[in-house]
Amino acid sequence: MEVLQQIGESLQKGEDQKVAELTRQAIDAGVSAGQILNDGLLAGMDVVGKRFGANEIFLPEVLLAARAMNAGMDLIKPLLIADDVPSLGKVVIGTIKGDLHDIGKNLVGIMLKGAGFEVVDLGADVAPENFVETAEAEGASVVGLSALLTTTMIGMKDVVELVKERGLEGKVKVIVGGAPLSQAFAEEIGADAYGYDAANAVTIVKSLTGVA
Amino acid sequence: MIKGPLDRLRSGEILCGDGAWGTQLMARGLKPGDSPEALNLSNPEALVEVAQMYVDAGAELITTNTFGGSSIKLEAYSLDGETERINAAAIEVLKPVVAGKAYISASIGPTGKLLKPYGDTEPEEIADSFTRQIGAVTEAGADAVCIETMIDLIEAQLAIKAARAVSSEIPIIATMTFDTTPRGYFTTMGVPIDRACEGLAEAGADVIGSNCGNGIEKMIEIAAGFVEHSKLPVIIQSNAGVPEHRGGEVVYPETPEFMAERIPQLIDLGIKIIGGCCGTGPDHIRAFRAVVDRYRA
Repeated sequence: MEVLQQIGESLQKGEDQKVAELTRQAIDAGVSAGQILNDGLLAGMDVVGKRFGANEIFLPEVLLAARAMNAGMDLIKPLLIADDVPSLGKVVIGTIKGDLHDIGKNLVGIMLKGAGFEVVDLGADVAPENFVETAEAEGASVVGLSALLTTTMIGMKDVVELVKERGLEGKVKVIVGGAPLSQAFAEEIGADAYGYDAANAVTIVKSLTGVA
Repeated sequence: MIKGPLDRLRSGEILCGDGAWGTQLMARGLKPGDSPEALNLSNPEALVEVAQMYVDAGAELITTNTFGGSSIKLEAYSLDGETERINAAAIEVLKPVVAGKAYISASIGPTGKLLKPYGDTEPEEIADSFTRQIGAVTEAGADAVCIETMIDLIEAQLAIKAARAVSSEIPIIATMTFDTTPRGYFTTMGVPIDRACEGLAEAGADVIGSNCGNGIEKMIEIAAGFVEHSKLPVIIQSNAGVPEHRGGEVVYPETPEFMAERIPQLIDLGIKIIGGCCGTGPDHIRAFRAVVDRYRA
Protein backbone atom coordinates (compact mmCIF):
# COMPACT_ATOMS: atom_id res chain seq x y z
CA MET A 1 0.00 0.00 0.00
CA GLU A 2 1.48 3.29 -1.11
CA VAL A 3 0.56 5.33 1.95
CA LEU A 4 2.32 2.85 4.25
CA GLN A 5 5.45 3.06 2.18
CA GLN A 6 5.26 6.85 2.31
CA ILE A 7 4.92 6.69 6.10
CA GLY A 8 8.08 4.59 6.28
CA GLU A 9 9.97 6.92 3.97
CA SER A 10 8.91 10.10 5.75
CA LEU A 11 9.81 8.50 9.06
CA GLN A 12 13.30 7.74 7.81
CA LYS A 13 13.71 11.39 6.91
CA GLY A 14 12.54 12.43 10.37
CA GLU A 15 9.52 14.33 9.03
CA ASP A 16 7.24 14.14 12.05
CA GLN A 17 4.40 16.29 10.75
CA LYS A 18 4.32 14.44 7.45
CA VAL A 19 4.24 11.09 9.24
CA ALA A 20 1.31 12.28 11.37
CA GLU A 21 -0.49 13.55 8.30
CA LEU A 22 0.04 10.31 6.36
CA THR A 23 -0.95 8.21 9.36
CA ARG A 24 -4.20 10.15 9.62
CA GLN A 25 -4.78 9.60 5.89
CA ALA A 26 -4.21 5.88 6.30
CA ILE A 27 -6.60 5.69 9.27
CA ASP A 28 -9.25 7.59 7.29
CA ALA A 29 -8.76 5.24 4.34
CA GLY A 30 -9.60 2.34 6.63
CA VAL A 31 -6.13 0.82 6.97
CA SER A 32 -5.93 -1.10 10.23
CA ALA A 33 -3.80 0.28 13.07
CA GLY A 34 -1.81 -2.96 13.15
CA GLN A 35 -0.95 -2.59 9.50
CA ILE A 36 0.04 1.07 9.88
CA LEU A 37 2.27 0.07 12.78
CA ASN A 38 3.95 -2.93 11.19
CA ASP A 39 4.12 -2.00 7.52
CA GLY A 40 4.50 1.77 7.96
CA LEU A 41 6.13 2.92 11.18
CA LEU A 42 8.05 -0.19 12.20
CA ALA A 43 9.11 -0.91 8.64
CA GLY A 44 10.55 2.60 8.48
CA MET A 45 12.29 2.26 11.85
CA ASP A 46 13.72 -1.08 10.77
CA VAL A 47 15.56 0.65 7.94
CA VAL A 48 16.72 3.39 10.32
CA GLY A 49 17.98 0.77 12.78
CA LYS A 50 19.84 -1.12 10.10
CA ARG A 51 21.43 2.01 8.66
CA PHE A 52 22.44 3.06 12.16
CA GLY A 53 23.90 -0.38 12.84
CA ALA A 54 25.90 -0.08 9.63
CA ASN A 55 27.17 3.39 10.67
CA GLU A 56 25.53 4.98 7.65
CA ILE A 57 23.59 7.36 9.89
CA PHE A 58 24.15 8.61 13.42
CA LEU A 59 22.31 9.46 16.59
CA PRO A 60 20.76 12.75 15.32
CA GLU A 61 19.02 11.04 12.41
CA VAL A 62 17.79 8.27 14.69
CA LEU A 63 16.41 10.78 17.20
CA LEU A 64 14.52 12.60 14.46
CA ALA A 65 13.15 9.33 13.08
CA ALA A 66 12.03 8.34 16.57
CA ARG A 67 10.24 11.64 16.97
CA ALA A 68 8.48 11.02 13.67
CA MET A 69 7.55 7.51 14.77
CA ASN A 70 6.06 8.90 17.98
CA ALA A 71 3.99 11.36 15.95
CA GLY A 72 2.41 8.40 14.17
CA MET A 73 2.18 6.24 17.30
CA ASP A 74 0.25 8.91 19.16
CA LEU A 75 -2.49 8.62 16.56
CA ILE A 76 -2.72 4.84 16.33
CA LYS A 77 -2.14 3.95 19.98
CA PRO A 78 -5.82 4.17 21.00
CA LEU A 79 -6.72 2.10 17.92
CA LEU A 80 -4.11 -0.54 18.71
CA ILE A 81 -5.57 -0.90 22.18
CA ALA A 82 -9.13 -1.06 20.82
CA ASP A 83 -8.06 -3.67 18.25
CA ASP A 84 -6.17 -5.61 20.90
CA VAL A 85 -3.00 -5.64 18.81
CA PRO A 86 -0.28 -7.22 20.96
CA SER A 87 3.23 -5.76 21.21
CA LEU A 88 6.31 -7.96 20.88
CA GLY A 89 6.69 -7.79 24.64
CA LYS A 90 7.62 -5.44 27.41
CA VAL A 91 11.13 -4.28 28.29
CA VAL A 92 12.07 -2.24 31.37
CA ILE A 93 15.13 -0.05 30.79
CA GLY A 94 17.15 2.40 32.85
CA THR A 95 20.62 3.66 33.74
CA ILE A 96 22.15 2.03 36.76
CA LYS A 97 22.21 3.59 40.23
CA GLY A 98 24.74 6.39 40.58
CA ASP A 99 24.96 7.01 36.85
CA LEU A 100 23.18 9.97 35.28
CA HIS A 101 24.10 9.31 31.67
CA ASP A 102 21.10 8.49 29.58
CA ILE A 103 21.83 9.11 25.90
CA GLY A 104 22.77 5.49 25.19
CA LYS A 105 19.86 4.15 27.20
CA ASN A 106 17.44 6.46 25.40
CA LEU A 107 18.74 5.26 22.08
CA VAL A 108 18.17 1.64 23.10
CA GLY A 109 14.60 2.60 24.08
CA ILE A 110 14.02 4.18 20.69
CA MET A 111 15.33 1.13 18.86
CA LEU A 112 13.26 -1.28 20.95
CA LYS A 113 10.09 0.75 20.39
CA GLY A 114 11.01 0.94 16.72
CA ALA A 115 11.14 -2.84 16.64
CA GLY A 116 7.69 -3.14 18.20
CA PHE A 117 8.44 -3.65 21.89
CA GLU A 118 6.69 -1.80 24.67
CA VAL A 119 9.31 0.08 26.67
CA VAL A 120 9.07 1.16 30.29
CA ASP A 121 11.86 3.71 30.74
CA LEU A 122 12.79 4.26 34.40
CA GLY A 123 15.26 7.01 33.52
CA ALA A 124 18.72 7.42 35.07
CA ASP A 125 20.13 6.59 38.53
CA VAL A 126 17.74 3.66 39.01
CA ALA A 127 17.92 1.47 42.13
CA PRO A 128 18.04 -2.36 41.68
CA GLU A 129 14.70 -2.77 43.49
CA ASN A 130 13.06 -0.36 41.10
CA PHE A 131 14.21 -2.36 38.07
CA VAL A 132 13.07 -5.68 39.46
CA GLU A 133 9.80 -4.54 41.01
CA THR A 134 8.80 -2.65 37.87
CA ALA A 135 9.54 -5.67 35.71
CA GLU A 136 7.38 -7.81 37.97
CA ALA A 137 4.53 -5.31 38.17
CA GLU A 138 4.53 -4.65 34.43
CA GLY A 139 4.97 -8.26 33.43
CA ALA A 140 8.14 -7.41 31.51
CA SER A 141 10.27 -10.29 30.33
CA VAL A 142 13.46 -8.28 29.88
CA VAL A 143 15.28 -5.69 31.95
CA GLY A 144 17.89 -3.57 30.15
CA LEU A 145 20.64 -1.94 32.23
CA SER A 146 22.87 0.87 31.01
CA ALA A 147 26.06 2.37 32.46
CA LEU A 148 28.61 4.81 31.12
CA LEU A 149 30.95 4.86 34.10
CA THR A 150 33.38 2.15 35.07
CA THR A 151 32.53 2.97 38.66
CA THR A 152 28.80 2.38 38.35
CA MET A 153 28.73 -0.63 36.02
CA ILE A 154 29.66 -2.86 38.95
CA GLY A 155 26.17 -2.10 40.34
CA MET A 156 24.63 -4.12 37.51
CA LYS A 157 25.52 -7.22 39.44
CA ASP A 158 23.10 -6.18 42.20
CA VAL A 159 20.21 -6.23 39.74
CA VAL A 160 21.17 -9.67 38.43
CA GLU A 161 21.35 -10.98 41.98
CA LEU A 162 18.06 -9.40 42.99
CA VAL A 163 16.34 -11.06 40.02
CA LYS A 164 17.58 -14.42 41.35
CA GLU A 165 16.71 -13.56 44.93
CA ARG A 166 13.13 -12.80 43.95
CA GLY A 167 12.87 -16.10 42.09
CA LEU A 168 12.52 -14.42 38.71
CA GLU A 169 15.50 -16.07 37.05
CA GLY A 170 14.55 -17.19 33.55
CA LYS A 171 11.31 -15.24 33.73
CA VAL A 172 12.96 -11.84 33.69
CA LYS A 173 16.10 -11.74 31.57
CA VAL A 174 18.78 -9.12 32.17
CA ILE A 175 20.60 -7.48 29.26
CA VAL A 176 23.41 -5.00 29.90
CA GLY A 177 25.12 -2.38 27.77
CA GLY A 178 27.17 0.81 27.81
CA ALA A 179 30.49 2.17 26.62
CA PRO A 180 32.79 0.50 29.18
CA LEU A 181 31.04 -2.90 29.09
CA SER A 182 31.91 -6.12 27.33
CA GLN A 183 30.61 -9.62 26.78
CA ALA A 184 33.13 -10.83 29.35
CA PHE A 185 31.78 -8.43 31.97
CA ALA A 186 28.19 -9.50 31.25
CA GLU A 187 29.18 -13.13 31.76
CA GLU A 188 31.14 -12.33 34.89
CA ILE A 189 28.17 -10.72 36.63
CA GLY A 190 25.78 -13.41 35.39
CA ALA A 191 23.69 -11.23 33.07
CA ASP A 192 21.72 -13.07 30.40
CA ALA A 193 23.14 -11.00 27.56
CA TYR A 194 25.25 -8.06 26.44
CA GLY A 195 24.28 -5.64 23.69
CA TYR A 196 27.25 -3.85 22.14
CA ASP A 197 25.16 -1.07 20.66
CA ALA A 198 21.52 -0.04 20.39
CA ALA A 199 20.86 -1.90 17.16
CA ASN A 200 22.49 -5.03 18.55
CA ALA A 201 20.42 -4.66 21.74
CA VAL A 202 17.25 -5.14 19.68
CA THR A 203 18.60 -8.31 18.07
CA ILE A 204 19.56 -9.66 21.48
CA VAL A 205 16.23 -8.77 23.12
CA LYS A 206 14.43 -10.48 20.24
CA SER A 207 16.42 -13.65 20.78
CA LEU A 208 15.94 -13.46 24.57
CA THR A 209 12.18 -13.21 24.11
CA GLY A 210 12.03 -15.81 21.38
CA VAL A 211 10.70 -13.33 18.81
CA ALA A 212 13.48 -14.05 16.37
CA MET B 1 56.12 31.29 34.45
CA ILE B 2 55.27 34.57 32.78
CA LYS B 3 54.38 33.34 29.33
CA GLY B 4 50.91 31.93 28.79
CA PRO B 5 50.43 28.43 27.44
CA LEU B 6 49.60 29.64 23.94
CA ASP B 7 52.83 31.64 23.62
CA ARG B 8 54.79 28.55 24.55
CA LEU B 9 52.92 26.38 22.06
CA ARG B 10 53.43 28.96 19.34
CA SER B 11 57.14 29.08 20.02
CA GLY B 12 57.23 25.37 19.21
CA GLU B 13 57.13 23.91 22.70
CA ILE B 14 55.23 20.74 23.52
CA LEU B 15 53.32 20.76 26.81
CA CYS B 16 52.35 17.81 28.95
CA GLY B 17 48.79 17.49 30.24
CA ASP B 18 47.72 15.52 33.29
CA GLY B 19 45.85 12.24 33.65
CA ALA B 20 42.51 11.01 34.99
CA TRP B 21 40.97 12.66 38.04
CA GLY B 22 37.86 10.63 38.74
CA THR B 23 39.65 7.49 39.91
CA GLN B 24 42.02 9.55 42.06
CA LEU B 25 39.10 11.30 43.73
CA MET B 26 37.34 7.97 44.29
CA ALA B 27 40.41 6.82 46.17
CA ARG B 28 39.98 9.92 48.34
CA GLY B 29 36.38 9.38 49.32
CA LEU B 30 34.26 10.32 46.29
CA LYS B 31 31.35 7.87 46.08
CA PRO B 32 29.64 6.73 42.87
CA GLY B 33 26.47 8.73 42.50
CA ASP B 34 27.79 11.80 44.31
CA SER B 35 28.63 15.02 42.52
CA PRO B 36 32.42 15.01 41.98
CA GLU B 37 32.37 18.81 41.90
CA ALA B 38 30.80 19.03 45.36
CA LEU B 39 34.24 18.00 46.66
CA ASN B 40 35.59 21.39 45.61
CA LEU B 41 33.79 22.81 48.63
CA SER B 42 33.69 19.81 50.97
CA ASN B 43 37.14 18.29 50.49
CA PRO B 44 39.54 20.68 48.71
CA GLU B 45 42.49 18.80 50.26
CA ALA B 46 41.73 15.90 47.92
CA LEU B 47 42.11 18.21 44.91
CA VAL B 48 45.41 19.54 46.21
CA GLU B 49 46.74 16.00 46.63
CA VAL B 50 45.78 14.91 43.13
CA ALA B 51 47.06 18.10 41.50
CA GLN B 52 50.32 17.81 43.44
CA MET B 53 50.81 14.25 42.18
CA TYR B 54 50.38 15.37 38.60
CA VAL B 55 52.62 18.43 39.00
CA ASP B 56 55.27 16.19 40.55
CA ALA B 57 54.87 13.79 37.62
CA GLY B 58 55.63 16.62 35.22
CA ALA B 59 52.23 17.78 34.02
CA GLU B 60 52.25 21.39 32.87
CA LEU B 61 48.50 21.73 32.43
CA ILE B 62 46.51 20.72 35.47
CA THR B 63 42.85 20.01 34.80
CA THR B 64 40.37 21.31 37.35
CA ASN B 65 37.65 19.24 38.96
CA THR B 66 34.92 21.08 37.08
CA PHE B 67 34.03 18.66 34.26
CA GLY B 68 30.43 18.51 35.49
CA GLY B 69 30.44 22.07 36.79
CA SER B 70 28.02 23.60 34.31
CA SER B 71 24.88 24.79 36.05
CA ILE B 72 22.80 22.28 34.05
CA LYS B 73 24.92 19.36 35.31
CA LEU B 74 24.99 20.65 38.88
CA GLU B 75 21.22 20.97 38.82
CA ALA B 76 20.98 17.15 38.90
CA TYR B 77 22.41 17.36 42.42
CA SER B 78 20.45 20.51 43.32
CA LEU B 79 23.77 22.36 43.36
CA ASP B 80 23.14 24.78 40.48
CA GLY B 81 22.80 27.63 42.95
CA GLU B 82 26.42 26.96 43.93
CA THR B 83 27.77 27.00 40.36
CA GLU B 84 29.98 30.07 40.88
CA ARG B 85 31.37 28.96 44.26
CA ILE B 86 32.05 25.39 43.17
CA ASN B 87 33.87 26.42 40.01
CA ALA B 88 35.84 29.23 41.63
CA ALA B 89 36.93 26.96 44.49
CA ALA B 90 38.34 24.43 42.02
CA ILE B 91 40.66 27.10 40.61
CA GLU B 92 41.62 28.81 43.86
CA VAL B 93 42.70 25.63 45.58
CA LEU B 94 45.13 24.73 42.78
CA LYS B 95 46.95 28.06 42.61
CA PRO B 96 49.58 27.33 45.27
CA VAL B 97 50.10 23.83 43.85
CA VAL B 98 50.82 24.89 40.27
CA ALA B 99 52.62 28.17 41.07
CA GLY B 100 55.39 28.62 38.52
CA LYS B 101 55.25 25.00 37.40
CA ALA B 102 51.99 24.44 35.56
CA TYR B 103 48.90 26.09 34.18
CA ILE B 104 45.38 25.68 35.50
CA SER B 105 43.18 24.35 32.73
CA ALA B 106 39.50 24.60 33.66
CA SER B 107 37.64 21.50 32.52
CA ILE B 108 34.27 22.16 30.87
CA GLY B 109 32.33 18.98 30.06
CA PRO B 110 29.09 18.45 28.14
CA THR B 111 25.78 19.36 29.76
CA GLY B 112 24.38 15.91 28.91
CA LYS B 113 21.37 17.55 27.27
CA LEU B 114 20.41 17.15 23.65
CA LEU B 115 19.73 20.29 21.69
CA LYS B 116 16.52 20.80 19.77
CA PRO B 117 15.35 19.29 17.46
CA TYR B 118 17.11 16.09 18.62
CA GLY B 119 16.24 16.70 22.25
CA ASP B 120 14.24 19.32 24.08
CA THR B 121 16.91 21.79 25.16
CA GLU B 122 17.18 25.29 23.71
CA PRO B 123 20.67 26.49 22.74
CA GLU B 124 20.25 29.56 24.97
CA GLU B 125 19.83 27.31 28.00
CA ILE B 126 23.11 25.52 27.26
CA ALA B 127 24.90 28.78 26.46
CA ASP B 128 23.75 30.32 29.75
CA SER B 129 24.89 27.27 31.66
CA PHE B 130 28.40 27.46 30.13
CA THR B 131 28.54 31.23 30.58
CA ARG B 132 27.97 30.87 34.33
CA GLN B 133 30.59 28.18 34.68
CA ILE B 134 33.21 29.76 32.45
CA GLY B 135 32.57 33.16 33.97
CA ALA B 136 33.38 31.71 37.38
CA VAL B 137 36.58 29.93 36.33
CA THR B 138 37.99 32.87 34.40
CA GLU B 139 37.22 35.29 37.19
CA ALA B 140 38.94 32.94 39.62
CA GLY B 141 42.04 33.03 37.44
CA ALA B 142 42.12 29.92 35.26
CA ASP B 143 44.97 29.97 32.72
CA ALA B 144 42.91 28.21 30.05
CA VAL B 145 39.53 26.61 29.59
CA CYS B 146 39.43 23.06 28.29
CA ILE B 147 36.08 22.24 26.69
CA GLU B 148 36.30 18.46 26.52
CA THR B 149 34.67 15.11 25.73
CA MET B 150 32.24 16.83 23.39
CA ILE B 151 30.18 14.73 20.98
CA ASP B 152 27.90 17.46 19.63
CA LEU B 153 29.69 20.11 17.59
CA ILE B 154 26.97 22.67 18.23
CA GLU B 155 27.25 22.25 21.99
CA ALA B 156 31.05 22.52 21.74
CA GLN B 157 30.64 25.71 19.72
CA LEU B 158 28.23 27.15 22.28
CA ALA B 159 30.84 26.54 24.98
CA ILE B 160 33.66 28.05 22.91
CA LYS B 161 31.59 31.13 22.13
CA ALA B 162 30.56 31.48 25.76
CA ALA B 163 34.23 31.36 26.76
CA ARG B 164 35.22 33.97 24.19
CA ALA B 165 32.36 36.23 25.23
CA VAL B 166 33.42 35.96 28.87
CA SER B 167 37.08 36.71 28.13
CA SER B 168 38.75 37.94 24.96
CA GLU B 169 42.11 36.57 26.10
CA ILE B 170 41.67 33.25 27.82
CA PRO B 171 43.15 30.39 25.77
CA ILE B 172 40.39 28.03 24.65
CA ILE B 173 41.17 24.35 24.24
CA ALA B 174 38.38 22.26 22.72
CA THR B 175 38.36 18.49 22.33
CA MET B 176 35.84 15.95 21.07
CA THR B 177 35.53 12.21 21.63
CA PHE B 178 35.42 9.87 18.65
CA ASP B 179 34.16 6.35 18.05
CA THR B 180 35.64 3.94 15.54
CA THR B 181 33.32 3.01 12.68
CA PRO B 182 33.99 1.14 9.43
CA ARG B 183 33.80 4.53 7.74
CA GLY B 184 36.33 6.19 10.01
CA TYR B 185 36.16 8.21 13.20
CA PHE B 186 32.91 9.94 14.15
CA THR B 187 31.53 11.29 17.41
CA THR B 188 28.33 9.71 18.73
CA MET B 189 26.46 12.59 17.11
CA GLY B 190 28.07 11.80 13.76
CA VAL B 191 30.74 14.50 13.61
CA PRO B 192 33.82 13.43 11.60
CA ILE B 193 37.30 14.82 12.31
CA ASP B 194 37.37 17.28 9.40
CA ARG B 195 34.10 18.86 10.46
CA ALA B 196 35.26 19.01 14.07
CA CYS B 197 38.41 20.85 12.95
CA GLU B 198 36.45 23.31 10.91
CA GLY B 199 33.68 23.89 13.45
CA LEU B 200 35.87 24.21 16.55
CA ALA B 201 38.18 26.68 14.78
CA GLU B 202 35.29 28.67 13.37
CA ALA B 203 33.79 29.09 16.85
CA GLY B 204 37.08 30.50 18.09
CA ALA B 205 39.07 27.70 19.75
CA ASP B 206 42.84 28.21 20.05
CA VAL B 207 43.84 24.58 20.49
CA ILE B 208 41.75 21.65 19.25
CA GLY B 209 41.93 17.89 19.38
CA SER B 210 40.54 14.78 21.02
CA ASN B 211 40.27 13.23 24.46
CA CYS B 212 38.81 10.05 25.86
CA GLY B 213 37.12 7.12 24.14
CA ASN B 214 40.22 5.45 22.73
CA GLY B 215 43.60 4.04 23.63
CA ILE B 216 46.86 5.48 22.35
CA GLU B 217 47.01 3.64 19.02
CA LYS B 218 43.65 4.91 17.80
CA MET B 219 44.41 8.33 19.24
CA ILE B 220 47.47 8.49 17.00
CA GLU B 221 45.20 7.93 13.98
CA ILE B 222 42.79 10.59 15.26
CA ALA B 223 45.73 12.93 15.82
CA ALA B 224 46.80 12.45 12.21
CA GLY B 225 43.29 13.43 11.12
CA PHE B 226 43.43 16.63 13.14
CA VAL B 227 46.85 17.55 11.82
CA GLU B 228 45.66 16.95 8.27
CA HIS B 229 42.59 19.16 8.61
CA SER B 230 43.67 21.91 10.96
CA LYS B 231 46.26 24.63 11.25
CA LEU B 232 45.66 25.13 14.96
CA PRO B 233 47.84 23.48 17.62
CA VAL B 234 46.48 20.02 18.41
CA ILE B 235 45.96 18.40 21.83
CA ILE B 236 45.61 14.64 22.38
CA GLN B 237 44.55 13.18 25.74
CA SER B 238 44.33 9.43 25.37
CA ASN B 239 42.68 6.82 27.54
CA ALA B 240 44.83 3.95 28.76
CA GLY B 241 42.99 1.68 26.34
CA VAL B 242 39.42 0.51 26.71
CA PRO B 243 38.43 -0.92 30.08
CA GLU B 244 38.77 -4.63 30.72
CA HIS B 245 37.34 -6.66 33.56
CA ARG B 246 39.62 -8.71 35.68
CA GLY B 247 38.19 -10.51 38.65
CA GLY B 248 35.41 -8.05 39.43
CA GLU B 249 37.59 -5.02 38.83
CA VAL B 250 37.65 -2.63 35.94
CA VAL B 251 41.14 -2.18 34.57
CA TYR B 252 42.48 0.07 31.83
CA PRO B 253 45.07 -2.13 30.15
CA GLU B 254 47.65 0.28 28.66
CA THR B 255 50.70 0.65 30.87
CA PRO B 256 52.78 3.81 31.12
CA GLU B 257 55.51 2.06 29.09
CA PHE B 258 53.10 0.93 26.36
CA MET B 259 51.70 4.42 25.92
CA ALA B 260 55.02 6.24 26.29
CA GLU B 261 56.61 4.09 23.58
CA ARG B 262 54.00 5.52 21.20
CA ILE B 263 54.21 9.16 22.30
CA PRO B 264 56.99 9.88 19.76
CA GLN B 265 54.44 9.20 17.02
CA LEU B 266 52.28 12.02 18.40
CA ILE B 267 55.30 14.29 18.62
CA ASP B 268 56.29 13.45 15.04
CA LEU B 269 52.80 14.39 13.92
CA GLY B 270 53.31 17.78 15.54
CA ILE B 271 50.90 17.36 18.46
CA LYS B 272 51.43 20.24 20.89
CA ILE B 273 49.73 19.11 24.09
CA ILE B 274 50.01 15.49 25.15
CA GLY B 275 48.15 14.20 28.18
CA GLY B 276 46.00 11.39 29.44
CA CYS B 277 42.36 10.68 30.11
CA CYS B 278 40.53 7.73 31.71
CA GLY B 279 42.82 5.07 33.12
CA THR B 280 45.98 7.20 33.08
CA GLY B 281 47.66 8.20 36.32
CA PRO B 282 50.77 9.98 37.54
CA ASP B 283 53.01 7.14 36.31
CA HIS B 284 51.69 7.54 32.79
CA ILE B 285 52.25 11.29 32.89
CA ARG B 286 55.77 10.84 34.26
CA ALA B 287 56.54 8.52 31.35
CA PHE B 288 54.99 10.94 28.82
CA ARG B 289 56.99 13.83 30.25
CA ALA B 290 60.23 11.89 29.98
CA VAL B 291 59.56 11.37 26.27
CA VAL B 292 58.65 15.03 25.76
CA ASP B 293 61.78 16.11 27.62
CA ARG B 294 63.92 14.01 25.30
CA TYR B 295 62.52 16.01 22.40
CA ARG B 296 63.06 19.29 24.18
CA ALA B 297 66.70 18.56 24.80
